[in-house]
Amino acid sequence: MTIPALSRSLIRDRTWNVLMDATVFATLLAIGFAMVSVARYWFSAPVAAVEISLAPSAIPRYAFYSLVRMVVAYLLSLVFAVAYGYIAAYNKRLEAIMLAALDILQSIPVLSFLPGVMLAMVSLFPSRQLGVEFGSIVLIFTGQVWNMAFSFYASLKSIPRELMEASRIYRYSGIQRFLQLELPQGAIGLVWNSMVSVAGGWFFLMACEMFVLGKRDFRLPGLGSYLQSAASAGDTPAIVWGITAMIAVVVLIDQLVWRPAIAWSDKFKLEQVESSADHSSLVLELVRKSPILTRLREKMTSPLAERMYLSAAKRGTESEAPTPNWQRAFWAIAGIIAVLAILHGVFQGLLILRGVSRAELLTTLESAGATFLRVTASLVIASLWTIPAGVAIGFNPRLARIAQPLAQIAASVPATALFPVLLLALVRMGGGLNTGSILLMLLGTQWYILFNVIAGAIAIPSDLREAASIFRFRSLERWRIVILPGIFPYLVTGLVTASGGAWNASIVAEYFHFQGKVLSTFGLGAEISSATDSGNFAVLLLSTVVMATLVVSVNRLVWRPLYRLAESRYRLET
Amino acid sequence: MYSVPEALIEARQVEKYYQQPNQNRIQVIAPLDLAVYPGEILALLGPSGSGKSTLLRILTGLSGASAGQILWHGQPTTGPCEDVSIVFQSFALFPWLTVYENVEAPLKARGVPAAERFTRSLKMLDAVGLDGFENAYPKELSGGMKQRVGFARALVVEPEVLFMDEPFSALDVLTAENLRSELLELWEDKKMPTRAVFIVTHNIEEALILADRIVVLGKNPGRIRTDFHVELTRPRDRKLPRFTQLIDYVYKVLTQPEAEHALPAIGPAPQPARDRYPMLPHARTGGIAGLLELLADQNGRADVYQLADLLSFEIDDLLPIVEGAALLGFVKLAEGDAEITPQGLEFANADILRRKELFRSAALEHVALLKQITRSLETKSDHTLPDDFFHDILDEHFSEEETVRQLETAINWGRYAELFDHDSQRERFYIPEPEEGANEPSEQPAKTGT
Repeated sequence: MTIPALSRSLIRDRTWNVLMDATVFATLLAIGFAMVSVARYWFSAPVAAVEISLAPSAIPRYAFYSLVRMVVAYLLSLVFAVAYGYIAAYNKRLEAIMLAALDILQSIPVLSFLPGVMLAMVSLFPSRQLGVEFGSIVLIFTGQVWNMAFSFYASLKSIPRELMEASRIYRYSGIQRFLQLELPQGAIGLVWNSMVSVAGGWFFLMACEMFVLGKRDFRLPGLGSYLQSAASAGDTPAIVWGITAMIAVVVLIDQLVWRPAIAWSDKFKLEQVESSADHSSLVLELVRKSPILTRLREKMTSPLAERMYLSAAKRGTESEAPTPNWQRAFWAIAGIIAVLAILHGVFQGLLILRGVSRAELLTTLESAGATFLRVTASLVIASLWTIPAGVAIGFNPRLARIAQPLAQIAASVPATALFPVLLLALVRMGGGLNTGSILLMLLGTQWYILFNVIAGAIAIPSDLREAASIFRFRSLERWRIVILPGIFPYLVTGLVTASGGAWNASIVAEYFHFQGKVLSTFGLGAEISSATDSGNFAVLLLSTVVMATLVVSVNRLVWRPLYRLAESRYRLET
Repeated sequence: MYSVPEALIEARQVEKYYQQPNQNRIQVIAPLDLAVYPGEILALLGPSGSGKSTLLRILTGLSGASAGQILWHGQPTTGPCEDVSIVFQSFALFPWLTVYENVEAPLKARGVPAAERFTRSLKMLDAVGLDGFENAYPKELSGGMKQRVGFARALVVEPEVLFMDEPFSALDVLTAENLRSELLELWEDKKMPTRAVFIVTHNIEEALILADRIVVLGKNPGRIRTDFHVELTRPRDRKLPRFTQLIDYVYKVLTQPEAEHALPAIGPAPQPARDRYPMLPHARTGGIAGLLELLADQNGRADVYQLADLLSFEIDDLLPIVEGAALLGFVKLAEGDAEITPQGLEFANADILRRKELFRSAALEHVALLKQITRSLETKSDHTLPDDFFHDILDEHFSEEETVRQLETAINWGRYAELFDHDSQRERFYIPEPEEGANEPSEQPAKTGT
């Protein structure tokens, strides 16, 4: 070890750290200021239709408001997902019903809840802007929480038996088991699912920042409303500014949050042998080295954690006692109340549905058929380009290094933000929404397929590909024998997600307020949106139920058998 | 034996069974008594499926017994015992915690203050030879080092009884040998505060090197076959006649499940075997063929123990193959030796087609399950039956897991014998259509008992 090298690295370290400290201070200050201004805005009197300024200088503020909604909704989702997964994994009685609920809630088109949630929230906080804000947050929450919950549940279920036994025989308290076993085990799944969820969250946020409900025009200041207003006004510079800001936000979040999170979660891999390809992140390195954060850890978090462990350990010894009777009674009563509430809800729903006329029922079913065709068409088109492209990327590491981050960014730009812009183009070209809506669905869903195909192609062992070239397979044979079976399980996963996304997108893609007019085409999504618009709750409920039923039955009848086939026959075992 | 010391842990009439929906019950462990006394290393031996690990988990309180009682210092207990530790076969280290954090975690759980945790953990890491590795993550360590962490974690809480569930079987031979002698050193020098060690193993030699007392379990259901003290002084010399004598003895007990063996042991009489559905040993046909060839080379007779040694097989891996060959009538077992029969010899010297014929007739003659499957398929006009049909038959006699394994083995044997085939997509057994010019299927063997 030579001295110059050592001292140089020391110096470099120190400068970085001062820089880092300054950044931390600045960030804390900014967070404080931001909290104050958000609070001031939230608790201001409600403004139903905020005037959206198209000046580029307004963009940072709008981006910030959108971001706050995302963060709050995401934190809510995280807490809820962990709690839900935990209960489902450990409560044998509730497990089955909670899993079925997850499955169905994942398939329900979230956007059709928009009117109900908004009205409820506005009436809950009639004198504050908070109501509308909460409405949008609740909607994002319902859109992103389920896959996170499922991921955490699945991680808990896959804890190796001996690790669980170790935590029992060494008498871990509940909190120690959670922090040292369960949360680490779930971390990787939670991080990856959070990424997907937040991308989905942007999709909904952009849609619900600006919408019409009967005569009321709800507008939340944010990037989504900015883009919609800009497109509505046909203001091209504003559109460009808006999209640039959107991409910038997405890229920043990716670099500042997800990259470090993925690199950090590497240490929770449940592997006994070190693997070579780990993720790295400069930001994570800086955070780890920051003296302020280190001191904070030493002086604050560690002693706190220490006290928590000790008190939990003391309580832990007494916790083996059987559940007291009053607790059992409490849960029984809670269960009965829940059942009654559900029955009441079903009854009320049926009452509303009685108001549906025969003609309306017929129209709804026909429109469901139309949307079904559109969803199928969008899946076919998406597969046609993503499968060859994905396989090409997956087989070529150099191409993958360039294409994957680009595709990731393209994918995380919410399709709903681009809708108004695309609509503008469509209107100018004179195209209708009938085929245009397929394009809009495609915009949001093709990425799911592309990513999964890439992952599948990468997973095909190179010796299979080498065997194919040794035996001089022609390209048809290569596809039939090696590639398609190899990517099949991944393709199915991608298609399931994409079809769910396409159904959801139909609500915004088939019906649109634009430049003071309504653009729409015949379909179930349009049915839902127009019912929302006119406040026809009977039709709204009917079409929502039809859509949810359709999605769930397609899942059960088509995707699940395909999944099973993929798992039994096309699994590449190593 | 029942005189002086008070047992640390005692199992009284403990049994384990699974209740099937159809009122049948799968007995995993028959009611048995077992006590662990202070000052002893007790080794629990047994073939796989004899419920060794299950018994360990019942004794530690990790899982409950179906009936019977666990006494801890004479007091009945439920739930995990207070003062025990387990060393796991898979190490069961938390991969996201460092070596130090892994060892410290049980102390944290007991509410030990930080300063004391630090000194105790470091002292224990020192004792197992891990100083300098405190900040490493488990994945950076070799298997032997990982298991040292497992030992340190188990000993740091100063357990009264240290339980070990096949602690050396995931390690290579040399590392295992090294760790065993270090463990003995800690024990002999009283460097660990532990009053008794309970080790589950399937390695007979390991048991004889380590243990003061050896308990051998039999299977179907798990029951105590023999329980004896090893009076040899440590360190034990593998070449001593008494050592090899004891090894032979244990082998005999293991290879002849139904016979009674008298040697220095005083074991409770095994319960009379119930009328049970004959079980297929989980041997691959290739393994059986290999064994027969080897025996033919060894002049037709070999000691099973030496055979295992020669092949560096664990007894668990070799036994099913020997049992399979014996079931087919290719091999005779006597006094821990395997002797090839004339049929076996013919098989060993035959070409592949003739082998299949010999295997087919032997299977139809001796193997109940294959006979049953073949006959059921033949009686159906389309020669096909769903998995569930056989599943239901076996379900009455075996656990769910075992049923699946029985069918898997049956499929492997049936395919080799060309008796029937299986379609895993449609989940059906079937007899393939005879190919043109071939006269293989349903060719009846010369002599059939039915």
